[in-house]
Amino acid sequence: MHLAYPAVLSALLFCTGLYGVLARRNAILVLMSVEIMLNAVNLNLVAFDVWLSRTAQETLHSGQALTLFTITIAAAEIGIGLAIVLAVYRNRGTSDIDKLRDTAEGPDPEGPGTPAAEKAEASA
Amino acid sequence: MTTTTLAVLVPLLPFLGAAAGLLLGRTAPGFVRPLAVLPPLASLVLAALVAVRQGGGPAIDAHTELTPTGSVPIELALHIDGFAALVAVLVAFVATCVQIYSTGYLRDDPRYPSYAALVSLFTSAMLLVVYSGDLIVLLVGWEVMGICSYFLVGHYWETPEARAASLKAFLVTKLGDVPFLIGLFALGTDAGSFRITRVLGTVASGGLDHPTLIALLLLAGVAGKSAQFPLHTWLPDAMAGPTPVSALIHAATMVAAGVYFIARLLPVFEASQAAMVVLAVMAAVTMAGSGLAALAQDDIKRVLAYSTIGQLGYMTGALAVGDRGAAVFHLLSHGAFKALLFLAAGVIIHAAGTNSLAAMSRMHGLRDRVPDAYWTMTVALLALAAIPPFSGFFSKESVLGAAEHATAGHTENVPGAAGWIVLVAGLLTALLTAAYATRLWLLAFRGRGAEAPDHGRQPLTMTVVLWVLAVPSLAFGGLAYRSLPGWFDGRDLTPTLLTSILGTGLAVVGGLLTYGAWQRTSALAARTPLGAVAAHPEGDAGLVEAEAIATHEPAYGDIAYAPDPADPSRLLLGPLRRPAAAGFHLDAVYTALFVRPVQAAAGLVRFLDREVVDTYVRAAAAAPRLLGAAVRRAQTGNVQTYVSALLAGTVVLAVAVLLVATGA
Repeated sequence: MHLAYPAVLSALLFCTGLYGVLARRNAILVLMSVEIMLNAVNLNLVAFDVWLSRTAQETLHSGQALTLFTITIAAAEIGIGLAIVLAVYRNRGTSDIDKLRDTAEGPDPEGPGTPAAEKAEASA
Repeated sequence: MTTTTLAVLVPLLPFLGAAAGLLLGRTAPGFVRPLAVLPPLASLVLAALVAVRQGGGPAIDAHTELTPTGSVPIELALHIDGFAALVAVLVAFVATCVQIYSTGYLRDDPRYPSYAALVSLFTSAMLLVVYSGDLIVLLVGWEVMGICSYFLVGHYWETPEARAASLKAFLVTKLGDVPFLIGLFALGTDAGSFRITRVLGTVASGGLDHPTLIALLLLAGVAGKSAQFPLHTWLPDAMAGPTPVSALIHAATMVAAGVYFIARLLPVFEASQAAMVVLAVMAAVTMAGSGLAALAQDDIKRVLAYSTIGQLGYMTGALAVGDRGAAVFHLLSHGAFKALLFLAAGVIIHAAGTNSLAAMSRMHGLRDRVPDAYWTMTVALLALAAIPPFSGFFSKESVLGAAEHATAGHTENVPGAAGWIVLVAGLLTALLTAAYATRLWLLAFRGRGAEAPDHGRQPLTMTVVLWVLAVPSLAFGGLAYRSLPGWFDGRDLTPTLLTSILGTGLAVVGGLLTYGAWQRTSALAARTPLGAVAAHPEGDAGLVEAEAIATHEPAYGDIAYAPDPADPSRLLLGPLRRPAAAGFHLDAVYTALFVRPVQAAAGLVRFLDREVVDTYVRAAAAAPRLLGAAVRRAQTGNVQTYVSALLAGTVVLAVAVLLVATGA
């Protein structure tokens, strides 16, 4: 099988995942999109490993071994991620990413130390 | 012990007493009083012993160099001639009297330990000035006195008057000390040494390059320290301190230092005719002006303060006509009777509960409450007014005699004009002195009205000291004027007939004029009630005095003046009375000439700092703040926006790498 097929499939999967991460509002779907991106990468790893090891005498198949690692870590990651989403949902009643904006800059762009207050401090 | 060892111990003992008093004041209060009284007493004994051994013979010189100090060497040197030996005895004597008196005067004062230690330090510094044979060592004592006067005048620092007075005393004397320091350096450079003996040797051989400049620079420091016009304004305000401190400053230390300094270095001043004339004019203005001002004061202590300025004017006048023997003679006799006047005034203030003469003149029987103060003060006032045979007569006549001698131009190095200036001003001041002495006596002791308040018996320590000081006030001049020339330059100090008759006659005229004026005005006293009396019969004298000073301005509207129609000075001075009470508004002149410009300059500096320099600093902070605000705007909190930006950045980087790699 030519390398182009898995590579194109992997690219399509990655783009799908990327679109999901950037465009979906539901946090669970965002996590699922992340999984799709990871699997695109896994596919690449396996395909290139096979393609590169065809000519080699001795090979460790490190690409395929790395894929196993990625799958394991992705499983752990999605577990934690889903737990966080669950906690957020219980806490706030929503898992809509657009509404989770706690790290946004506050309404007062000047902060507490305005020039007028500083002047009053200096002359006191 | 050798005389040198004794002489070293004289300033050292009060210094050690002061150090021990400051260290033990809190932990061992029982030692404070012995530590205050015994060191000056021991110094007095030792100083007397040194004086006896020196005996007016050749000067005792001793010196040691601690460490090489560069171009002009500074040595720890003693130079004890007749002047130094006698002045040291006076200083130790008055300091001992003041310390004994203070144990009674400030017996309940919580700050007595530090007060007594500072008085001892003050004494020690003055003794250092007196004995020192090196100008830089002398300067050390000179400056230590300055800081001690600051602390002691500000003893009642709870009151704003005392705070202002102590700052003023410090700043005004420092104003004179800056030129003084430059003058000392110039003198040391010209003479190649700071040793007084070598400096005098250089002067004798005509080696001074700039005698007028040096003399005038030194004169500024002397004017500040000895309260001579135009730097005398700190002295009347220094009355905000406790009375024993006033006695110490006015009689023995501080103000005497300036006169003594000129007496030591008189040849330096004589090298310049201009300096002698300036000295004479300064003395004349000081004498006459202070006499008028003293006549108008309401505060009993301020009368005495202005009289000190006037008597110091006599001393500088004597120096201006080249007779340092007469100057130091007057310094010695004045030291005794002025200390007595102040200490007696302290007793009177305690007994009357007020420092205002207007209030005292409305009190009946004050002299029966304090008979010791009454009799001793009478003696001291007679000495001040130079009535024979009290000691002030002989010393003042020696000054006037020297001036009369100088008018004929017979005195070397002294222009005849200086003699005339001093003589005329001295005779005028004799009249004024007798007038204000009489006024003080009449108002304080011949008051009519309500019975004086009873403040109990005065402590024995206070009254005994008065009688001790009354002895030299009475007899010192008459006994000493024949033997003193042997201690001094050998110039005759016997009163001459002409000046004695003129001076005494004018003094009698002044006294009679005041008495006549008082006869006419005292009837008015009953019609205009006036006076605020601090009533604390159980409090110690220091407390009563502090209250009296603090209440004078609220009660009379002025610190120095009371609107009293029964005051004889109203008839004597006429329209001059108000400006004289305010010291001829010299303070206002200083405010306009110095205080306002300095404040304006400070305002300008404040403006430059706040509005100009700070603007740059604030702008330097504002620019990063604006940039930060722009960056912060990107923080929307939406994670997907961040990831989009990340993606865009990655794409841009990838394209860039591709372009570089392909060489496009």
